[in-house]
Amino acid sequence: MSFRRISAMFLRHTYLYRHSFTRLIEIVYWPLLDLLLWGFVSVYITKLTSQGQTTPNFLAIFLGALILWDILFRSQQGISVSFLEEVWARNFLNLFVSPLTISEYLVSLMLVSLFKVVVVFLVSSLLAWLLYSFNLFIIGLHLLPFMINLIIMGWSIGLLTTAFILRFGQQAEVLAWGIAVLFQPVSAVFYPVSVLPHFLQVIASYVPASYVFEGMRAVIMGQSFPSGYLLKSFGLNFVYLVLALILFFHMFRVVKVKGLLVHMGE
Amino acid sequence: MRLESSPVLEVNKLSKSFNSFQAVKEVSFELYRGEILGLLGPNGAGKTTIIHMLLGLTLPTSGEIRIFGLNPEKSRQREKILGRMNFSSTYVAMPYSLKVRESLMVFAGLYGVKKPRQKIDALIEQFDLKDSANKAVRTLSSGQMTRLNLAKAFINDPEILLLDEPTASLDPDIADRTRNYLIEVKKTKNMAILYTSHNMREMEAISDHLLFLHHGEIIARGTPAEVVRHFRGENLEEVFLKIAREVEV
Repeated sequence: MSFRRISAMFLRHTYLYRHSFTRLIEIVYWPLLDLLLWGFVSVYITKLTSQGQTTPNFLAIFLGALILWDILFRSQQGISVSFLEEVWARNFLNLFVSPLTISEYLVSLMLVSLFKVVVVFLVSSLLAWLLYSFNLFIIGLHLLPFMINLIIMGWSIGLLTTAFILRFGQQAEVLAWGIAVLFQPVSAVFYPVSVLPHFLQVIASYVPASYVFEGMRAVIMGQSFPSGYLLKSFGLNFVYLVLALILFFHMFRVVKVKGLLVHMGE
Repeated sequence: MRLESSPVLEVNKLSKSFNSFQAVKEVSFELYRGEILGLLGPNGAGKTTIIHMLLGLTLPTSGEIRIFGLNPEKSRQREKILGRMNFSSTYVAMPYSLKVRESLMVFAGLYGVKKPRQKIDALIEQFDLKDSANKAVRTLSSGQMTRLNLAKAFINDPEILLLDEPTASLDPDIADRTRNYLIEVKKTKNMAILYTSHNMREMEAISDHLLFLHHGEIIARGTPAEVVRHFRGENLEEVFLKIAREVEV
């Protein structure tokens, strides 16, 4: 064992943190988000038990939430990871010297994302039914607008991520895996929005997914479906998708002016 | 000899600055059908930046580009232009998880090639990719990858071909066959080719005309013999070394 060689390798990895702000942030990012998410789940369960309320069907709520959250996550990854595939393969330039337009490229990414979502949804639903006798389709017809909303929110986050990767290069790659999870605590995936502190409730009210998960819980618990939630979710999603598209097209032009596009694929 | 009066590509006072650094300074040139125009110059001379601007990957700071008489900065015209030209660079690869044939199939779709299977078979034959046609791109050697890139570049039978160091990682045999192929298609298909290479013998052998770039400016132009004469050198390699080393010429 050579201490010198071990320290050389230690240095090799710590140098990365010196040069990359995103890597530095990553050290605290994941533990913080885990703490927030599971902290609020614990608060929710504690509240229910201490108030002597009827325990809801946790299996249905958690599994349903997990499957629906995966729709949002895969939808986002369908955009940003498919984009990164071209960057990693150094194929990016070949695409944009072909007659392919940026709009056509984005539509193709959205289709890939849709394909991934459908496959993941079918596999997860089948496994949940086989392993836990949980039938997600008890949500009924509401499932479709829920899914559409989550897919659109995933696309907006995917476009946002991709715009940042375009602008800041591969050091922003971490966003492809991390940015959707940032929305998880305020999307009230596993607990109602009311569990969150007031300022996070305000933020949650601007997150389309929070309305979907509130709606899902209401349906699973046999309550009436709050259609106003769905409208708010669609409204917010429309605004965010338009903003994400504007940002993406703007960034695409900026990187062409700065000559950064060519470094994407080289 | 320039075969016809109207060029397929016209560049007029093209400049590109990155903050305070001026990468390309008021460059003007024309490319005609049936011509191979070599872009020559040391690293950082501006060759690749010019090619990227021609492809619309980098926007010029000033100046004008006309390809087939169209303006590539206008998106509808850009689409038309790019369907009639193609590009290959040693520094750009192909989708590594796909097989060679699948990869070419994708590009055949992007370029709207009719009868893509027949075209791909012909390209696989032409670029000696038969043995690797069903292999994943990631398993190819650098020479095979370059040949695949070249096959991609010919997928739409381009009228203008931009080649950035296309023979850099080819063995002498394949490089020679590639050069001969380029000379042949230039003649038979009346193709216009813009070519960069650091191989001076290759540039002398293949180029009808040369543009010698240094610090973003054209410092000489003409046939290879004219450029060598202009710098009072023995050959292009000697001229290149003098300029790259900033020797007074």
